[in-house]
This record gives sequence, C-alpha cells and structure tokens, in this order.
Amino acid sequence: MGREFLEGNEAIARGAMKARCDFFAGYPITPASSILHYMLDLVPQVGGVAIQAEDEIASMGFCIGAAMAGRKAMTATSGPGISLYSENVGLAQMGETPLVIVNIQRQGPATGSATKGAEGDIQFTRWGTSGGLPVIALSPATVGEAYELTYRAFNLAEQFRAPVFLLASKEIGVTRESVDLDAIKLPPLVERRRAAPNGEYLPHGFDKLREVPPMSDFGGPHIARYTTSTHDKAAYLTTNPAVIQEMIDHYTAKIDQAADDITLVKEDFQEGADILIISYGIISRSAAVAVRQARARGKRVSSLVLQTLYPVPEKAILSAINGFRKVIVPEMNMGQYRLEIERLAPKEAEVIGVNKMNTALVSPSEIERAGGLL
Amino acid sequence: MKTSSAPESPYTTYMTSEIGPLPYCPGCGHHVVVKALDKALVMRQLDPKKVVIVTDIGCIGLADRYFITNAFHGLHGRAITYACGLKLARPELTVIALQGDGGCGIGGTHLLNVARRNIGITLIVANNFNYGMTGGQHSVTTPTEGLTATTPWGNVEQPMDLCGTAIAAGAAWVYRTTMFDKELPATMAQAIDQPGFAMIDVWELCTAYYSPRNKLDKAAIDNLLKKYELKVGLLADKPRAEYSDRYRKAYEAGARSASGRSPIDVQYDNAVDRQTGIVIAGSAGQKIRSTATLFAQAAMSSGLDATQKDDYPITVMTGHSLSEVIVSNERIDYTAIDAPDYFVVISQDGLKRARARIEQLPETCTLYAEESLGLPDTKARVVRLPWAATARKISRLSIAVIALAAMLRDSELFPVEAFATAISKAQKPAIAETNLKAVEAGAALAKK
Repeated sequence: MGREFLEGNEAIARGAMKARCDFFAGYPITPASSILHYMLDLVPQVGGVAIQAEDEIASMGFCIGAAMAGRKAMTATSGPGISLYSENVGLAQMGETPLVIVNIQRQGPATGSATKGAEGDIQFTRWGTSGGLPVIALSPATVGEAYELTYRAFNLAEQFRAPVFLLASKEIGVTRESVDLDAIKLPPLVERRRAAPNGEYLPHGFDKLREVPPMSDFGGPHIARYTTSTHDKAAYLTTNPAVIQEMIDHYTAKIDQAADDITLVKEDFQEGADILIISYGIISRSAAVAVRQARARGKRVSSLVLQTLYPVPEKAILSAINGFRKVIVPEMNMGQYRLEIERLAPKEAEVIGVNKMNTALVSPSEIERAGGLL
Repeated sequence: MKTSSAPESPYTTYMTSEIGPLPYCPGCGHHVVVKALDKALVMRQLDPKKVVIVTDIGCIGLADRYFITNAFHGLHGRAITYACGLKLARPELTVIALQGDGGCGIGGTHLLNVARRNIGITLIVANNFNYGMTGGQHSVTTPTEGLTATTPWGNVEQPMDLCGTAIAAGAAWVYRTTMFDKELPATMAQAIDQPGFAMIDVWELCTAYYSPRNKLDKAAIDNLLKKYELKVGLLADKPRAEYSDRYRKAYEAGARSASGRSPIDVQYDNAVDRQTGIVIAGSAGQKIRSTATLFAQAAMSSGLDATQKDDYPITVMTGHSLSEVIVSNERIDYTAIDAPDYFVVISQDGLKRARARIEQLPETCTLYAEESLGLPDTKARVVRLPWAATARKISRLSIAVIALAAMLRDSELFPVEAFATAISKAQKPAIAETNLKAVEAGAALAKK
C-alpha cells in the first residue's frame, strides 16, 4: 500500500476494521471524536452498525448488548468518558464480554484541557470499577502501534472474553505520522470460542479456573443468560460463598495467569548498562531519544518499553530490572506506573520518576538529567 | 409479528418453575405484569431463542430469569441501552425491556432517545411510584404529597408523566394502563407486534411500601389519574420506519466516501541533514493545519519521514491555529519541537500564541514572518515577506500555502514542486488551481 500520513485515531479505526469490528458506539469527546467519525464511515461498509449514543453510559450499554449478540464491538472516549464507562466496565467483567475500549487520554482531572495530552488514566484503568478485578490494557507509542495494538486488543478481548483497554493519548490519537500500516506484521485473527450448537450451554462454564468459557450469542443456537449480579456458571444468581469465590477466582485467573501470553514489551538492552529506563506510551519515544543521546556520549543505558500495561508484565520487568541500581520511570503523570515498578524492583535499586503533567511531553533531556545521563 | 417460527406443539407458558416461585411480596403488581408478559408471549408463540427479556435493577429486574427465553440483567436504569445494543446487532430478535419507575428516572435519557430513534424494542414499565427494593424511597413518578421513606412530610416534587415524556420525545406507540386491566396480556402482545419502539406504562401497587403508606388501591390509582388528568389506553400510535431499517437505507442511498487511502510515493530528493522542526503559527480559518499536512506529505514524497502536531483552542473557528511539523531522514521519536529550526508566523493570533517561544528562538533558527507583524526581539535570522498582500491577490485562504512555499524556496529543504504535487493530489481541482498559483507566488517572494 505504501506510506500514508495518518493520525493515530484513524490508525485505531483501521486496526479495528482489520480485526473485523462490526459494531461501534461512542459519544463525541475531544480528542477521541475522530474515531467516532471514522467508524461511522467504515463500519456500515462491512454490514455493521456504528452509532452516536446519547451519552457514554449508553455507548457502553449498546456495545455490551451488541457484543453479547455476536458482534465485535468497540467504543472510544477520553478520561471524562471513561469515568462514565466505569460501572459498565464492571458489568463487562461480570458478564465476560469481549469488548475493546479506547481511551485517548487528555489532561485531567475532570474536563482538564480537552485538546492537550497527558497519560494520567493509568491506575484509573486498572482500578476503575468496583471489585478490583484484573483488566487488560495495551498502550501504543506510535501511530503504527495504535493500529497494531487495536487489532491485538480485539484478539485479546475475544480470547479472554473480557473488556480490553487501548490506552492511547492525544499525543498519538491526533498526531499525524508517516506510516505504512500494511507493512506492520499482525498475528492471526482470533475469534471467540463458541459453544457447540448441540447440548447444554453454560454461559460461564469452565473446568479449570483460568479457562475462558465458550460463548453462545444472544439469538444463537442456545438460550443465553447474562447478569450484572453475583451468579454461578449458569448465570443464575447465587448466594453460595463457595460458588461466588470460585467465579471471582475464575475472572482473576483467566487474566492474571495468562499475563505472559498477554505481555508485549520492547527491549533495548546494552551490555554493562547501569541505568535502566522503563517507559510506555508516548514518553517511551522521549526515552528512546534519551538512550540514543546518552549512548552517543559514552553512557551505558538500557531501555524496556511496555506495550502491555495490565496485567503487569512482571516476568519481563523482573528479568530486565535484575541487577540495576538505578531505574528511571518517565511518565506524563505524577508517577502512576512507577508504583508497579517500585513493588517489583530489588530493594537496593533506586527508582526515579520523571513526572510532568503540564500538557507538554517529558523531554529526552529531562529524562537524561534525572538519570544522571548528561 | 416479528418472528414466526411457531413450534410443532405450542408453548403454553414461557416461564419456568425450576427456580421457584416469583420472589414478589403478596399483592405486588409485578406478579400481574410478569404473568401478563408470559400470556402475551403465549399468544404470539415466539421462538424463545429469538426473544430477549432485558431487565435492570429494582424488584422488576428479578423477573428475567423466570422466563425460558434469553435473559439479560444489567445495571440500574440501563436496560434500554442493552436492549438497543441487542436489537441493533440482531434486528430479527424480539427484545423486551422491563424497567421500574426508578430505572426510568436514572435512565431518563435512554427513554427519551430510544423513543426519538424508534429502535424496535418493547419497554414495559412496572410503575409503582417508589423504589421497592431499597426501602421505599420516592421516584420520578411518586405523586405530590406521596409519603415515602425520603418524603416523610409528603412529596414536594411533581411526578413525571412517563407516557407524555416518551410521546414528546417522539415515541411511535405508547400505552398507559394499570395492573387491574384485564386486557394487559393482549396489549403487551400488541406492543410486541410493533416494528418500532413501543412502551406500556403499567401503574401498580407496591404492597410493601407505597400502597400501605398512602392507602393506594385500585380506586386511589383511578383518582390519581383523574387528579393529574392522565388518560389510560393507547396514547400514541404513529408508526414510522424502525431505526435499523432507516440506518441501512440511509447508508445505501448515501454518497460513498472515497477509500480515504492516499499512499505517498517518493518522487523527489531532499536536502534535510538532521531532524528538522518547523512551527507554523497563524489564525483559525487560515487553513494552517491542512496546509501543514500538505507540507508534510510533500516532505514524504521527498523521501522524508514526517510528524504533525497541532495546537488550537477548543472552539476551532476563532483564535490561534498552530502546527508543528517535523521532517527527518531518520525515524522521528520525540514529536515536540523544543528548538525550532524554522518558525513561520502568519498572523497576529499566531504571534500572540508564539511570542514567548519566538523570544527564545536560537540563532540557528530562521523566523519567517508576515511583514506587517511587530516581532519581539529574537536571535533567529528574520525573513519578512508580504504574504497578506500576496494572498489578497490570490485568495485569503491561501496565505498559509504562500508562506510555506516561500519558506520552502528559501530553506531548500525539499523541492517546491513536491509541495505543488501534494496540493494537486489531495485537493479538489478548483481549490488546487488557486493554491498552485499561491505556491508560485510564495516561492517567487523568496527567490534568491
């Protein structure tokens, strides 16, 4: 196809279509609105439905209903909208609903700065609904990755029957870049495992806790049931503590125990490095420049970039961090993911945050200064 | 009828006894509503696999699981949203939402919008004037002076006329009745038959809270109807095309957008020797952002990578508009421009926004400016050109093209022809023609 000059939001829409998304509902919000525009154009072309809902709560409600009726659904918003998605995120976890939720982060809290970037919704994504169960969240750093990780988010949503967050930001969503999307290698498409048409259907049937139950769509060959309330494998309400715990253990295990399969990281390790930079999202690009500049000055420095933020890629972080006495964590927030690094870092390691939340990018020189790399 | 796959032996009930009797208090109106729905389904003999009963929170929300149909139990006040999602995804399904008056309050916007959109679901409201599940608090339909847990001196709020509200929002089919209506099953069947949105508001007794506190019985419900001058029966019957039908037809009749794909081949050379940052500062309406995009596409056709970030106020038609373009032969990682190589100031709005940055520009930077602007002191090399005067001769919408053509001619980053090619490729012929003149005029201003 060749190179195009695309903004991240268009790449996200293209990634969704590549993953055969056929349902979209969203509500206008800067800087995510253009995803709604692209999807309103693209989705009907494949026989699907894209609709502007009356608010963010309805966007999620439409998507959850459609996903349970067999559609591959996506919604997109920014921080204020994620706040309104919160309760339905819990519902999607409870009902094991495959769904992709795009967050084009902007400066918050509250309305904040609508047209300005930040990456301040990191822990909010992890703990953004009641109950505290694990979520899956991917974070792209470039327009090309926005395409790739949206596609992968659909695969993960289908594979794990779970809501999957794409944590992008204004800096990726509405920044244009020269990119050749067709040159990006994608894994095979994953579709949800569907229950055999004959025989009994348990909406949440599993043997091993980490097993993802096969689905049957509403309107399909079985009677389907779905509930927001505490329930058993048949989706009937239960008050039996043993059954309740088993279901909670199942929701937890299917994601946490699959962390290694969900892990996507990029390593740039240097022999003899004594400083490690761990970054994600747009700031990983500042980190890349900092690493190049520092190395050019003869410093030895390694870099780990996380594309999977949740479940925390603990194995990759532990293996990278081992032996380092100084770990730099630059973020476009006041130090949210640093909490995850601090709990994994060896006791003797100093974990230094480089934090800024004034709508400007953390610059390479700010990272170098904090790391003593200048 | 929406689905016509009648089974060999007809269904005599759509309810299951497997999970025990209905959980409602003695005398509660929900018994009547749920059983009437069962009878309506029996009348229509729908395939249970093609029926979804959607509920949310509140006592009526416990009903879905007693049916042998598909069942969906969601968040408080949001039944309509899941019902719409299911119906939009599979228009062949019969989707019936059961909500209480509480749900109609918290989810009021969904009621307005499903009515307006005419999505073909059936909404049955079990309206018992209070929140029975949480202790008998007042709801949006609690009558004035009604006693509830949260209106101990009598309700001071006006009750909401759910049917009138839905009708005002454009509902195609609306019916109000009470739990004492013997025709309720047939009315529900009629509602299910509607291709568009249909709503039945059923006034009921809550025997746990509202009825004993307010001595509400059949006669008192009739008195309430009289007091508020509300009619029962079919209140709206204005069928119109269902949403999914209209959606599909509108799409099929609509103009197809072009594929939107515009790959850029490398046709030109460039003279860029390092990552180069260009800031373009102007006003809203001066086509700053779209011209910056054309400039970046021209850079790509000259073999460069490019990025573009924009800065503009949330109200897009006023104030400044600023674009930052980076071009490089290497991959561009950091997309901010801390030390610009080129700064292009086109208008007073742009100057105002960029003044602090201009004061800090390094001597390695070239500042191109509309000649009428009063510039602050700067270390940058300054080139002033009569862009506004030139634009007056061509088109005021071309001022950014003129400015960037001049900058390109002076800087020689890549050929001016690349910019012209990008314009010809991306713009409609009439606009491109004007802008090609602008390229020529801009380049002529900077001719060495």
